[in-house]
Amino acid sequence: MTRLRVNPIGCVGHGLCAELLPEWIELDEWGYPIVDRESLPAGLEAHARRAADACPTLALLLQPD
Amino acid sequence: MATLATTVGLPRLLSALSGGEMVDLDRHLDAHGLLPSDRELDANGLLDLVERSGLRGRGGAAFPMATKLGAVRAARGPAIVVANGCESEPISAKDALLLHELPHLVLDGVELAARAVGAAEAIVAFETPNTAARMSLENALSERRAERIDSTRFSLFAAEERFLSGQETALVSQIDGGPPKPTFVPPRPTDRGVGRRPTLIQNVETLANLALVARYGAEWYRELGTDAETGSKLVTLAGAVENPGVYEIEFGTPLGALFAAAGGLSSELAGVLVGGYFGSWLPAAGVGALELSNEALGHHGAALGCGAVVALPARSCPVAETVRVAIYLATETAGQCGPCVHGTAAIARTLHGVAEGKASPTAFADLKRWAEELPGRGACHHPNGLAHFVSTALRTFKPQFADHARHGPCDGCAAEPVLTFPQPSPARP
Repeated sequence: MTRLRVNPIGCVGHGLCAELLPEWIELDEWGYPIVDRESLPAGLEAHARRAADACPTLALLLQPD
Repeated sequence: MATLATTVGLPRLLSALSGGEMVDLDRHLDAHGLLPSDRELDANGLLDLVERSGLRGRGGAAFPMATKLGAVRAARGPAIVVANGCESEPISAKDALLLHELPHLVLDGVELAARAVGAAEAIVAFETPNTAARMSLENALSERRAERIDSTRFSLFAAEERFLSGQETALVSQIDGGPPKPTFVPPRPTDRGVGRRPTLIQNVETLANLALVARYGAEWYRELGTDAETGSKLVTLAGAVENPGVYEIEFGTPLGALFAAAGGLSSELAGVLVGGYFGSWLPAAGVGALELSNEALGHHGAALGCGAVVALPARSCPVAETVRVAIYLATETAGQCGPCVHGTAAIARTLHGVAEGKASPTAFADLKRWAEELPGRGACHHPNGLAHFVSTALRTFKPQFADHARHGPCDGCAAEPVLTFPQPSPARP
């Protein structure tokens, strides 16, 4: 099982993650991600990995439970 | 300063206090005797003793010391110990008291902690303006060198006086020559801290407790406190009591008994803040029966934290007090994490609007949403702490906030602030 975590020091709010994974990530009013802290469902893991890879500051992390 | 003399077995940490002066080595040894030698109590013996004593961290998070010791021992590389005497919390005065008046008790604890993790070096950190701590530590270290008490090499470190200065990773950053700003974990300091070495960071009160556990044993230690929270706790009591100051209590002592030890309340109360500026506002009604342990306070959504308790007098305005501290905390953000930078500023600005009677129609809904969204979204607990402080204020003082939103400042808004803090310096890194 995997969870998503943001490195908030690295994140500058590009917002790509919320576009690529709207099921799990929304943006607050300043453009910073609010990530669901539950374990990712298996069907979303590949999408989550794509979102993490797309982050320009590599601030979106996939972590094993 | 005084201690809670009504409890049998207290004072412990404060037993050798000597009227505001530094307790010198002779007096310290008269009171407590020599530390057990390495042969009498080795690293494994110490770890076992700490585990059986139930000793937990006294900086605020109440993390079991044995677990931390185990993590540092398991990490690779030469370990180092950092004694954290950066009070940070403006209301708290217990770390300053220990460093200034009981430096030998703290240094004993550092020596033992270094023995437990096999460290040859230790750093004692305090806040730069605390020159009394520096003088006592220098005196104490020279007394100890003359008597060859320690096998650890000690150095002192003066940290910046900032709210986040004592946060573990921010302290490591400063010692390594960086800014007083938290870093993202992992790696935790126990794995990679000062100079990338395994680093044991313990609050100075925790270390002072270790000095007693090593001398008097785990069973003695557990005679005070509760099963889950053993021993005594230093609390800083401020506000509407006859004798504010640092008191040593047993975990689980009712707040009313602490007030009584401080000569009683000096006025009716508007409310009580427990746990400092990351703590919880609680209503005044029935607060005397509240037991000061994390377990009991947890039933009220509160925690003991660093042990700072403020009795807010009825003449003060809880709205004005809360707004001032919220603005202070917002300005004390390390400025690294977007949600903290923007969220704490928005909360402070909106609260200020409420206090001035210029709240937007969505002010209370916004505050509630931010307080829910913010926790866990910074590298450290700064946003969590502010969100908790503010939401307990909004809950405890709901009528007062509503009244300010409609009518603006009240008479109490002009009262002398009870919750004080250092003025932020204009130049910031």
